[in-house]
Amino acid sequence: MKDIRYIFAIKEAMEEEMNRDENVFLIGEDVGLAGGSFGASKGLYEKFGPERIVDTPISELGFTSLAAGAASCGLRPIVEIMFMDFVTCCMDSIVNQIAKMRYMFGNQYTLPIVIRMPEGGGLNAGPQHSQCLEAWFAHVPGLKVVMAANPYDVKGLLKSAIRDDNPVIFIENKTLHAMKGSIPEEEYLVPLGKAEVKREGTDVTVVSASRLVNESLKAAETLSEAGVNVEVIDLMTIQPWDRETVYRSIGKTHRLVVAHEAVKQFGFGAEIVASVAEDILDELDAPIGRVGAPFVPASYSLEKYYVPNADDVKKAIMSTLERVF
Amino acid sequence: MGKPSKETMVKMYRTMVKIRKAEEKLMEVFSKGDILGFLHVSIGQEAAPVGICSHLADADYIATTHRGHGHAIAKGIDLKLAMAELFGKKDGYCLGRSGSMHLADKSRGIMGANGIVGGGIPIATGAAFAAKYRKTNQVAVSTFGEGATGEGAFHEALNFAAIKKLPIVYVCENNGWAEFSPHSIHMSIQSVTQRALAYDIPAVSVANNVLEIYEEAGKAVERARQGDGPTLIEVRSERWHGHYVGDAQKYRGKEKVEQAMTKDCLLDYEKELLQTNTLKKKDVEKINAEIGAEIEEAVNFARECPYPEVSEMMKGLYL
Ligand SMILES: Cc1ncc(C[n+]2csc(CCOP(=O)(O)OP(=O)(O)O)c2C)c(N)n1
Repeated sequence: MKDIRYIFAIKEAMEEEMNRDENVFLIGEDVGLAGGSFGASKGLYEKFGPERIVDTPISELGFTSLAAGAASCGLRPIVEIMFMDFVTCCMDSIVNQIAKMRYMFGNQYTLPIVIRMPEGGGLNAGPQHSQCLEAWFAHVPGLKVVMAANPYDVKGLLKSAIRDDNPVIFIENKTLHAMKGSIPEEEYLVPLGKAEVKREGTDVTVVSASRLVNESLKAAETLSEAGVNVEVIDLMTIQPWDRETVYRSIGKTHRLVVAHEAVKQFGFGAEIVASVAEDILDELDAPIGRVGAPFVPASYSLEKYYVPNADDVKKAIMSTLERVF
Repeated sequence: MGKPSKETMVKMYRTMVKIRKAEEKLMEVFSKGDILGFLHVSIGQEAAPVGICSHLADADYIATTHRGHGHAIAKGIDLKLAMAELFGKKDGYCLGRSGSMHLADKSRGIMGANGIVGGGIPIATGAAFAAKYRKTNQVAVSTFGEGATGEGAFHEALNFAAIKKLPIVYVCENNGWAEFSPHSIHMSIQSVTQRALAYDIPAVSVANNVLEIYEEAGKAVERARQGDGPTLIEVRSERWHGHYVGDAQKYRGKEKVEQAMTKDCLLDYEKELLQTNTLKKKDVEKINAEIGAEIEEAVNFARECPYPEVSEMMKGLYL
């Protein structure tokens, strides 16, 4: 085992996959000479050269659709979008083209593309540099959506995403970039489409992804002192999500809280809750709890009150535990 | 149009000093942690906003970028309220919600800095559309870096403005760097004027000299007011510092930074004013002292001002 930061785990995943498959290349703004805005591709330009680590002009729409064209012709692009907020500039590319090209053209084309981007607050970067938009993509048929909560997962999931033949929206988190964690020296993968029980418990199930998994684990830790046993599930892939693991857990705890950093309304948690209501409502002993940011743009000076944290998860758990049908 | 009056020349000097000193002060307070988030300063680029905005009235519009403090100051923003916004305080222009990348002052036609590269270009074009639609004789200005001209938004806006002959001046401050990469990563042409010519928009490239910029901007603003349509001005300026404050610029190399810093549009202008006797040494000193005090006062105001209350966060999303 070795210790590694989240951001370097991303680098290792890309580097290993580029070594393994010469069709894999990285494209994006300042990914080459500068090694990436957050340092995710540090050293890769020196190793693989400008043909495979491709610096672009500031033109997200253009280079994302360019990746789609290249992927249709047999390459395996990794696209880096500097902040998730800027992905809004390439929505045609992702939503109308990439997500649909396979199905719409009668399964003739395959688009093995990974579009990586960091989301979230934590830098006090304000309304246009802090958003969490994963639910948008989860709502588009044809895309897989992956979110990683720690260095081990980010490496294993990214490698799986690069090998996957479907387009994958791969969502990192800015405040996790510096997070340290332990990973094996040898190669490993973390499969897409599988959730993981990150902490076992019997009283309530928290379903979460990305940074809020870590916050939920913190909340679970403090609540265990009060005798509350929280089970924390990390979805990891939010589209398609792992119903089996979630339903099994609810069958055990009979209480549910969903937690994400994105605004609460219409977040991915809403889909989990709707499915639970549709399929196993009778398993629930109490109304569900939801954690998400307030329904306003991210705040610069009030960020610490805006971004949900362990305390918010704790409150949601407590209020679910206090209620019954 | 032609040459500026003596009064205008002195005013332009004052404004350039104000931008320089405000940015220097911001770097200082940012390093101390008084300001959070991202801070992009425009030191080395003071000439462009001043040369352009000297031709604008409060009623004219400007939409700018992440590097937008200079334009806001040149367009007459209230320094105290602007500082309060940068500090994230309640009395700030955006109620402390948004900070440096989103400075806006509707009363002076400042339609916002922008966190999205290229985002402001079609918005300024929309302001020009509104001015023409309502026959108000107002002019809009759009400022951006050369990096932004890679975005579709730039091309779509220019094409539209040319077709509709909108009253707008596009000002590209080409400082040679877009974030961490040089001009050559972003375009194969030497000058952004070539992009404008493709849309049949007249374009000039000028040095980082406030009087030259003033002269070209005068013609461009006049053209727009007369209903003759858009112009693009490229200013070949210098980015003295990193992309944002705290950027160590490893990608750029020390010599290149030092070289950029030898080109000082403010110092050049000051020398010219002294040589032509437009200003005396003691006038220069006096102006610098006055501006220094004004900035100090604005920073103190911002420091004293309270943060917005948490309950304010949910207010104003919809009418
Ligand atoms: C749509 C979008 N893409 C990328 C970025 C990140 N970014 C911020 S500033 C910048 C460089 C802009 O360069 P330029 O337009 O030349 O302006 P300068 O910074 O030199 O003033 C980049 C890539 C962004 N804010 N928005």
